[in-house]
Amino acid sequence: MKRATLQALLQAQADKRPAVLVTDLASGDETLIVDGQAADAALQAEIDAAVRADRSRTVDHQGRRLFINVFNPPLRLIVVGAVHIAQALVPMASIAGYDVTVVDPRRAFASDERFPDVRVSRDWPDEALEALAPDARTAIVTLTHDPKLDDPALDVALKSPAFYIASLGSKKTHAGRLDRLATLGHDQTTLARIHGPAGLPLGAVSPAEIAVAVVAEMTRALRQDPAA
Amino acid sequence: MNASESILAQAADWRAEGRDVALATVVKTWGSSPRPVGSQLVVDRDGRMMGSVSGGCIEGAVIQEALVVMETGAPKLLDFGVSNEQAWDVGLACGGNVQVFVEKVE
Repeated sequence: MKRATLQALLQAQADKRPAVLVTDLASGDETLIVDGQAADAALQAEIDAAVRADRSRTVDHQGRRLFINVFNPPLRLIVVGAVHIAQALVPMASIAGYDVTVVDPRRAFASDERFPDVRVSRDWPDEALEALAPDARTAIVTLTHDPKLDDPALDVALKSPAFYIASLGSKKTHAGRLDRLATLGHDQTTLARIHGPAGLPLGAVSPAEIAVAVVAEMTRALRQDPAA
Repeated sequence: MNASESILAQAADWRAEGRDVALATVVKTWGSSPRPVGSQLVVDRDGRMMGSVSGGCIEGAVIQEALVVMETGAPKLLDFGVSNEQAWDVGLACGGNVQVFVEKVE
């Protein structure tokens, strides 16, 4: 690998831009593609598939063996509600590889003491989410139980390609939430994207256990079932 | 910072210090292999290393080849079959086959 290529790749990672390094396994010739602009169409299809699956792979292309090395930007998790469960969810998600942001306009909740070493936004949830611009590698979980905070966040989340959207609350709370969001113009298919109650049904009781259930469901949505 | 970032950053740092550096990358696996495609190991001339391309079965051989690649500058594609016995010896539950691409960081 050329040093210039290595530096450009590290820069793309620092800038959180998606990068793909294509290396000819016979000659070592390499092409770095940042932000997706690329080669010929056939190879581009292979690259797109690898990026979407977030899996590097070797392909045979026009008699050459090429290694497509995918360097996607980190997964992101946006947690709305700096509540007790968030204190467990934030470190767990970090260990699982997520870049976490906590959103809560209530200063007593979103204090630095409660959330050391994590990015905290004290903006109103809809403004915060719009600024964070969730992409297809972003998960969004609302935990406040307060429609004033959860609903605006979910409204923005549903307009984004986020791969996982979940909202804490009982089935009854969730039904009411869906009714309110429907009046904002979201159809049933869109509303079905919200996982509610949040998390796999593990019978979780404590905040930490609920966090485990949420991380588990988020992992399944990412890795196993894109329709889930 | 994720795992690949820190390994590549290490490669850049060592190179910036003027050391010879090679990068090994898992480019293909068959069966159950300990580390997924894309896993990387960076090695310098003195055998310092960071990262891994297996659970420890083939690192020794990869480092030997990496020293050759640093010398010649020509990349190598290495095939390893990790037998169940070998895998057991280094504490892995099962074997598998891996292909590792080794290149010099110029």
